[in-house]
Amino acid sequence: MTANMFAATRQLSVPLIVVALLLAFPLLTTGFYLEFTSKVMILAIFALSLELLVGATGLVSLGHAAFFGIAAYATVLLSPKYGAANLFLILPVAVACSALYAFAVGALSLRTKGVYFIMVTLAFAQMAYYVFHDTKLGGGTDGIYLDFKPEVALFGTRLVDLGKPVIFYYLVLVCLVLVFLFLAVLLRSRFGRVLAGIKSNEQRMRAAGFATFTYKWAAFTLAGALAGLAGFLVAVKDGFVNPEMLSWHESGAVLLMLILGGMGRLSGAVLGAFAFALLQLFFQWEVVFGNFAKHWPLLLGGTIILCVAFMPNGLIGIPGQWRAWRARKNSGASRG
Amino acid sequence: MAERNAPLLRARGVTRRFGGLTAVSEVSLDLTEGEIHAVIGTNGAGKSTLINVLSGEIGITKGSVELLGHDVTNWSQPRRAHAGLGRSYQRTTIFPRFSVFENCRLTAQATRQVPWNWWTAAAACPLSTSLAREALDKTGLSGLADRTAGLLSHGEKRQLEIAMCVATRPRVLLLDEPLAGMGPEETDRMLGLLSGLKAGHAILLVEHDMDAVFRVSDRITVMVNGVVIASGVPAAVRADPEVQLAYLGEVHVD
Repeated sequence: MTANMFAATRQLSVPLIVVALLLAFPLLTTGFYLEFTSKVMILAIFALSLELLVGATGLVSLGHAAFFGIAAYATVLLSPKYGAANLFLILPVAVACSALYAFAVGALSLRTKGVYFIMVTLAFAQMAYYVFHDTKLGGGTDGIYLDFKPEVALFGTRLVDLGKPVIFYYLVLVCLVLVFLFLAVLLRSRFGRVLAGIKSNEQRMRAAGFATFTYKWAAFTLAGALAGLAGFLVAVKDGFVNPEMLSWHESGAVLLMLILGGMGRLSGAVLGAFAFALLQLFFQWEVVFGNFAKHWPLLLGGTIILCVAFMPNGLIGIPGQWRAWRARKNSGASRG
Repeated sequence: MAERNAPLLRARGVTRRFGGLTAVSEVSLDLTEGEIHAVIGTNGAGKSTLINVLSGEIGITKGSVELLGHDVTNWSQPRRAHAGLGRSYQRTTIFPRFSVFENCRLTAQATRQVPWNWWTAAAACPLSTSLAREALDKTGLSGLADRTAGLLSHGEKRQLEIAMCVATRPRVLLLDEPLAGMGPEETDRMLGLLSGLKAGHAILLVEHDMDAVFRVSDRITVMVNGVVIASGVPAAVRADPEVQLAYLGEVHVD
């Protein structure tokens, strides 16, 4: 029992320290780094939503940016032209738009498997991308501005101002913590265990009596909704959306975050989002890289290749890798 | 012999074609509670295809399958499983990273699914945990409940595969070569387990090991090239000249 409690405390200690640091962060800094961290936390929510598909259910999707972008566009397009939208109204509506598209895409794409699934999700995302890219619906390639940020109002009085970076920062932090906790509870539930079973061996799950398609469909729709939450936050943060939010680059980037952080663990997704954003920022640093800084994708790509080669379980797997290496070394020494 | 109960599974004229190849042709058989019905035949005789068709894993070309009085010919595999049809695989298909207990608990969960419950921990589900414990008891794996399934010995994995089936509370078990790759001791243990499962289950056993088949079966069907050439009690099948020529004869040669 005490061993269990000890393990539980240890398991919880790192996330708690991270949350405490993030809570204290606005006291230490303002301006660029605060906004940067807000952006990274939004990316972490986006990565967590994909982790539900890739890490938890074993469904590798290369079209996840579509759900991210659709909610962002919905936020801008459905906000009133001359005035602020109500946060409690626009947020659920934007998320529902993404969930609806995910529901439709899932119904069709989940009939395929493996590489075909990757291609079909990519195709549906590109379809959504070109709708915004090539039509006047969302301002075409130029994108579209959100003139008034949604407000948190009760009976006509504004309670908080999301235009203030600090307040927005805390809103994002609350969303991140809630999404993380929600997924942690979900994955422990019977529903979550079915997803884990599907990832491990779908054939066996069907033989046991699980209609696996329905479970995958629910997970796909839920992942789309959570990606929509991230998209909503980005639209509010930047006050601007453009079609690139739905592009396959974005879908690829979020997949790289998972690979970098380590799949199969929720904390891996969060770690991956932070690592990815920090590496990107680092390689764009002209003080260090001078003129070469404009070739940052090259350095970022190279680093990711090295990470995949030397850390097959991602950053989150380093402690395990280290323990395994130590154990091997010790057993080798005792034998020798 | 006492009067036989109504069969739990009734297959009539089951046929499965793959393009020009008829893998299973006009096979009819009954599975009755309390009996092990073995299907034997050389490689490629269509035994595994028969299990796949009966369990709904692959479609049927012609014929009908009746399970506990329902016509399940057009039912999906999960629906048939839910109605009481369990199967095991020739290639071990456990969840290697889960504990032995969780392997059984997860399949047991299929008996009553609550896909909308996203908050209660799976480990706190009383029905699936008690079904899993029961299945591990029946199959003699209780001592290994906390082990990681992937680290079990081959024989134990085969036992776990059966336990995962039993945990779903099936009435009919379709077992695809449960003895594959087992040593003599493991075989004995598994045959004891199968005999114990007869009570309450109707069992279809596809197996290569002739000695084992004749030891535990109540009824044997012999297939050659997708066609049934003989079916009956073991003594009658053993005496059947066509069977001796087509199948058992080969055993004596080598």
